[in-house]
Amino acid sequence: MDDKKKNSKKPKYSQFSQQELPAWKPILTPGWVIATFITIGALFIPIGLIALAASDSVVEIVDRYDDQCVPDDYGQNPESYIQNPNVKKTCTRTLKVPKKMVAPIFVYYQLENFYQNHRRFVKSKSDKQLRDPDDEDDTHNCFPEDYTADDEPIVPCGLIAWSLFNDTYKLSSRGKAIDIDKKGIAWKSDMEAKFGSNVYPKNFQKGGLIGGAKLNEKIPLSEQEDLIVWMRTAALPKFRKLYGKINTDLDAHETITAEVENNYNTYKFGGRKKLVLSTTTWIGGKNDFLGFAYIAVGGLCLFMAINFILLYIFRPRRLGDPSYLSWNRQPIA
Amino acid sequence: MAHGRMRARLKRSSLYTFGCIRPPRESIDEPHQFQGPGFSRHVCCNEPGFHRKKPLKYSSNYISTTKYNVITFLPKALFEQFRRVANLYFLLAAALSLTPVSPFSPYSMIAPLVFVIGLSMTKEAVENWHRFMQDMKVNMRKVLVHTGNGVFVRKPWMKVEVGDVVKVEKDRFFPADLLFLSSSYEDGICYVETMNLDGETNLKVKRSLEVTLPLDDDSSFQDFKATIKCEDPNPNLYTFVGNFEYDRQIYPLDTPQILLRDSKLRNTSHVYGVVIFSGHDSKVMQNATKSPSKRSTIEKQMDKIIYVLFTLLVLISLISSIGFAIKTSKQKPFWYLPRDEQRLYDPTRPFTSGWIHLITALILYGYLIPISLYVSIELVKVLQALFINQDINMYDEDTCTPAQARTSNLNEELGMVDTILSDKTGTLTCNQMDFLKCSIGGTQYGIRSSEVELAAANQMAMDLQDLSRSGTRHGSEIELEVLPGPTSGSSKNRIKGFSFEDIRLMNGNWYREPNADVVLMFLRILALCHTAIPEVNELTGGLTYEAESPDEGAFLVAAREFGFEYCKRTQSSIFVREKHPSSHEPIEREFKLLNLLDFTSKRKRMSVIIQDETGQILLLCKGADSIIFDRLSKTGRSFEEATKKHLNEYAEAGLRTLAFAYKKLEPSEYYNWNDEFLKAKTSINGDRDAMLERLSDMMERELTLVGATAVEDKLQQGVPQCIDKLAQAGLKIWVLTGDKMETAINIGFACSLLRHGMKQICITTNGDMLTHNSNMGVKENILMQITNASQMVKLEKDPHAAFALIIDGKTLTYALEDDLKLQFLNLAVDCASVICCRVSPKQKALVTRLVKEGTGKTTLAIGDGANDVGMIQEADIGVGISGVEGMQAVMASDFSIAQFRFLERLLVVHGHWCYKRIAQMICYFFYKNIAFGLTLFYFEAFTGFSGQSVYDDWYMLLFNVVLTSLPVISLGVFEQDVSSEICLQFPALYQQGPRNLFFDWYRIFGWMGNGLYCSLIVFFLNIIIFYDQAFRSDGQTADMAVVGTAMFTCVIYSVNTQIALTMSHFTWIQHFLIIFSIITWYIFLVLYGMLSPDLSGNVYKIFLEALAPAPIYWLSILLVAVACNLPYLAHISFQRSFNPMDHHVIQEIQYYKKDVEDRHMWRREKSKARQETKIGFSARVDAKIRHLRQKLHKKSSTAT
Repeated sequence: MDDKKKNSKKPKYSQFSQQELPAWKPILTPGWVIATFITIGALFIPIGLIALAASDSVVEIVDRYDDQCVPDDYGQNPESYIQNPNVKKTCTRTLKVPKKMVAPIFVYYQLENFYQNHRRFVKSKSDKQLRDPDDEDDTHNCFPEDYTADDEPIVPCGLIAWSLFNDTYKLSSRGKAIDIDKKGIAWKSDMEAKFGSNVYPKNFQKGGLIGGAKLNEKIPLSEQEDLIVWMRTAALPKFRKLYGKINTDLDAHETITAEVENNYNTYKFGGRKKLVLSTTTWIGGKNDFLGFAYIAVGGLCLFMAINFILLYIFRPRRLGDPSYLSWNRQPIA
Repeated sequence: MAHGRMRARLKRSSLYTFGCIRPPRESIDEPHQFQGPGFSRHVCCNEPGFHRKKPLKYSSNYISTTKYNVITFLPKALFEQFRRVANLYFLLAAALSLTPVSPFSPYSMIAPLVFVIGLSMTKEAVENWHRFMQDMKVNMRKVLVHTGNGVFVRKPWMKVEVGDVVKVEKDRFFPADLLFLSSSYEDGICYVETMNLDGETNLKVKRSLEVTLPLDDDSSFQDFKATIKCEDPNPNLYTFVGNFEYDRQIYPLDTPQILLRDSKLRNTSHVYGVVIFSGHDSKVMQNATKSPSKRSTIEKQMDKIIYVLFTLLVLISLISSIGFAIKTSKQKPFWYLPRDEQRLYDPTRPFTSGWIHLITALILYGYLIPISLYVSIELVKVLQALFINQDINMYDEDTCTPAQARTSNLNEELGMVDTILSDKTGTLTCNQMDFLKCSIGGTQYGIRSSEVELAAANQMAMDLQDLSRSGTRHGSEIELEVLPGPTSGSSKNRIKGFSFEDIRLMNGNWYREPNADVVLMFLRILALCHTAIPEVNELTGGLTYEAESPDEGAFLVAAREFGFEYCKRTQSSIFVREKHPSSHEPIEREFKLLNLLDFTSKRKRMSVIIQDETGQILLLCKGADSIIFDRLSKTGRSFEEATKKHLNEYAEAGLRTLAFAYKKLEPSEYYNWNDEFLKAKTSINGDRDAMLERLSDMMERELTLVGATAVEDKLQQGVPQCIDKLAQAGLKIWVLTGDKMETAINIGFACSLLRHGMKQICITTNGDMLTHNSNMGVKENILMQITNASQMVKLEKDPHAAFALIIDGKTLTYALEDDLKLQFLNLAVDCASVICCRVSPKQKALVTRLVKEGTGKTTLAIGDGANDVGMIQEADIGVGISGVEGMQAVMASDFSIAQFRFLERLLVVHGHWCYKRIAQMICYFFYKNIAFGLTLFYFEAFTGFSGQSVYDDWYMLLFNVVLTSLPVISLGVFEQDVSSEICLQFPALYQQGPRNLFFDWYRIFGWMGNGLYCSLIVFFLNIIIFYDQAFRSDGQTADMAVVGTAMFTCVIYSVNTQIALTMSHFTWIQHFLIIFSIITWYIFLVLYGMLSPDLSGNVYKIFLEALAPAPIYWLSILLVAVACNLPYLAHISFQRSFNPMDHHVIQEIQYYKKDVEDRHMWRREKSKARQETKIGFSARVDAKIRHLRQKLHKKSSTAT
């Protein structure tokens, strides 16, 4: 029994319990430090260059039209212009193609100073209602766009849907219209799962205040791609959203006429609107920053590597030199 | 039974002249006069029934040291949890998350809080349970209790009630404070060991009232009735006032009649007693202060950091709510943002909205405060504690006890200890004496070396070897391995108390020595001059001795081994079986014991006057050398020089010494003296003591020196080595002991805390001063002693001079008073070692507090008995010695180890590791939460300060709990900068803890700065990369979910890369957990994305559909992770290369296997890796070498 007691109290030996597990104990030797910095540098600079090249190959046309599309007599008061339903809102813009643009060319609208990421805004929708016609009463985050005056639920409810962007663009070149394909601009998963194919707009934009676009009540939400794109709230107050695709190439120096239906009110809060045509590459749209950032970090690493090499040359320390132990250094100090 | 009768014949009280004198009856016959508050206790002896209801209901004998019970657990533990500001904040945040103000969903706030609090409370519950079990072990100890009609039944201690008559058997503890009624000795005395109370090892004699003597068997309690009226429960161990009412007579009660709980009955087969104070009323429990909850320095500092973070939190919340208000009021109205239903956001009332937004912001930025920090730390500490418990190198084979971390709060504090306050008995020493050497007639006997000598010799050998090596560069290549310590296995067949080895005296060979007659006298003194009682061991038939002190026992064993077996004592004679070489059979000789002048601490000597069979009357005396040398006759000094020299050597070797002397008495001379002595003894005057003392003094003069003995107070295994290592690690060691000054000094020598050539500063008050001077005078005197000593220390020019401060308990009472304590502390800090003797438990605690508060450094108290409880609780860390009988010290302690020597490993290995682990872990925690939390703030600025988070609620929920916590926990549990062997070999590494190199503000702010930098990189690189352009070749632009997910991925990569850079020790566990964290993130993302969009919302299929096919996503991760960690990498590379710390260099030496290639260098560094210290062997050896050099120098200078 005594033996048993002994055994029960004695800690069992195992590498784990004695903290003696085999371990990899790397240390930062000068070799490793320099090699690491050089490797990062050597890796990053080429990546940066490739990314820059990719970004460079993107052709992008940006045209701000909100200020230009206000008729001169409304110049002082663009709000009254935009809110006046009787004034014709069409406005014609001319765009120059700087370089050949290979299809697909993406058409974007860009809004600035529009806080789609505002908490008040982001919350104001009902995912359930969008998916399922049975949940059309699920509007608790949607105030004030939740119910009509007669207590009918609004589908789609909430501020996001209500403020749907409603400018439209028509492009033509040399008198010939360029087709803008409005299909396939939304995420597939959104169309398949988040917006129901049997949910139809109801009571939408019928209240006192009209926000943005109206929806065709005959088309299910899952096919209202503009709405789906709009409902994906942007992260920043300046954002682009996909408007459509052009499936034909545009030649360099071609002049494109854009007929803009300038409906959306950004004048009230001093926002801007831009029409963007852009091609993409493997990094997406024009994005010089990525390349520059890579080159900068890579360059910094190489610089650091050189510094360390110089330091090791001019102030070498033999690794594991016991004279650097504190007890050997103290007398000097 | 026969045995008992034999004892009964012996009136042991007559053995004593000075100790245990029953005070003259006349003076005390009157009962104590007391009344009023403080003296209300009323005990009905033998009628515990009276004490079951009010007003005489007293606390039961059940003791509990637990923090909680079943009912109080929930409220109390919750309260404890929410005493932490951070937890309270999170509780508030969780409550608010139920309202629409919250930026997060309620579950994402409540789940982590419940998890964190639940885990902490589980830990509390488990710890409390262990404590409860330990209490129960004590509560369930059995004792015989009178149940009526003279029947005694065994009951557990917790059932014992006030008024119960209990019978305590030999070597058992008293279950409560008892009134001593009678014992197995006819004259009603008993021996008590109070080691648990005051740490004193000598037995105390207690004596019952005369009137209760007849109550000496079970049946006599049948109708025993009496009442006790006495003082209320109080913590004073040395006083008791009460009256005993019996047979309509009132008798006064005093301390000699009181047997205190937790002291132990010794040398007495049983006693009867009545319970006066039970359970928490008992004096020892009254002495116990509530065990304080201790917090480590790092944790206290961490609180400050939390406050810093809170400030930051409030600051950025204010910024964002002011920003929000301004944005809302100044901005032309956003028509798409009308007010909401509850008007929490109302563009027409920007300032109300701003205020409400402040609450939102305070919740939103809560990620700056790491919610999981506390629980992670707790988890890590529990695991660290498990490793401490599991450490096979701290397992004591003899007592079968492993080390135990009883509270895991203080692991890292172990790495920061500056001063160790140690108890002596049972901690440093085993309280076992071994007769080792003697000097007889100027000749030394005994060839075995003491432990101190052995260890010193070892060190010497090593150093000499080193010297010779450095002297002759290409010297011999022979590797002399370090000799194994004195822990050889040969000790098995040794006789306990006897480690003497010398063929000249053993086996009767002493007879052939040149001065055999002196040797004979020496051996007779050894066998006769004592107060012990022999007892036949029923199992072996041999004799064991019941001696008052272990020294005495060792002498008797020695005498037996030399052939002078003390075998019987009667009232008037001592019988010794002498084995003479001339005859084969031992001869039993009778020595008539005429007088016995017993030992008191004041007299420092003891004598017997005996008459041998030839009628020769002899005075045999043993005592402290100084006392004996003063009393030698002119003719008796022939061996003085040689003996003195030997005594010095013994003291230097750490041995306890006594000098032996004798005197032949003429019968007439003796009888004259004895007449007077008897007269004095029976006199009832107040100055009886003084008279007796004068007479003894007269008798003990004109002695002839015989020799001296050296007894080794057996240090516990490995104590000197351990002290040496601890000293080298830069720790200061104070010894606080209840023992006598001489004993303490001896131990000081044995442990190398004191050494020859050290200047001893003794601060004392002598008895006269106390009685004659006023309080003020005494104080002035002490102040003068202290200032003089300080002056001396200051004026000392020799850098190697070391001072030792020795102070006794009485002096300490004054020195600890407010006006003196600082001077005292300053002096003590300047001294290399400090020894406080005769200190009470309370004083131990006070000294500990003085050191703790006065120096502001971390203190560790180590002890084994109940007398150490106060100090263990007071110190920053309390360590109990487990495996001994008393449990109090262990119960009060934070860590328990079986042997003092394990302290080295506990501190130098576990302490060092835990300190670094926790320090790095906390720094990293703050880093990662700042890095993550601030990205939320930056994003705010881009959302019009509206309180929108860029991340999904679930990401945030998982961030602290799953995705980043496991690697840092593995850092906290497994990180090792250097292996345990290296920690032990390079004690200087320990100083990184006390100097707090890894958790100073510089480092903390460095880490915070790193977090700030990282947050900026993560946020801005991501924002710019995913700004407005398409991020895929399909033309889609990034929405909030994409940006958030990409950013979060970057955070995960960055912080996990960071921890990989922080670690220096990767077992498969670390590898696994780091990779696991990153993979878990992806697994989560995929799974979460596959859930119905009702649950996953915007994250639905985000990874597989949107991010994974986009090269820019992967490129941004690479870029951000590298950019985040570049500065840190550069920093540590630079630090290591140009400003390496000790552990860096050692890591490198090992990395390049230089320790194997250049063993000489390795050993040299090992021996150098120590703090400048003046205590421990190494210092002792250094001092010796210095001394030798000086001598050499002098010689050479005189020669020229």
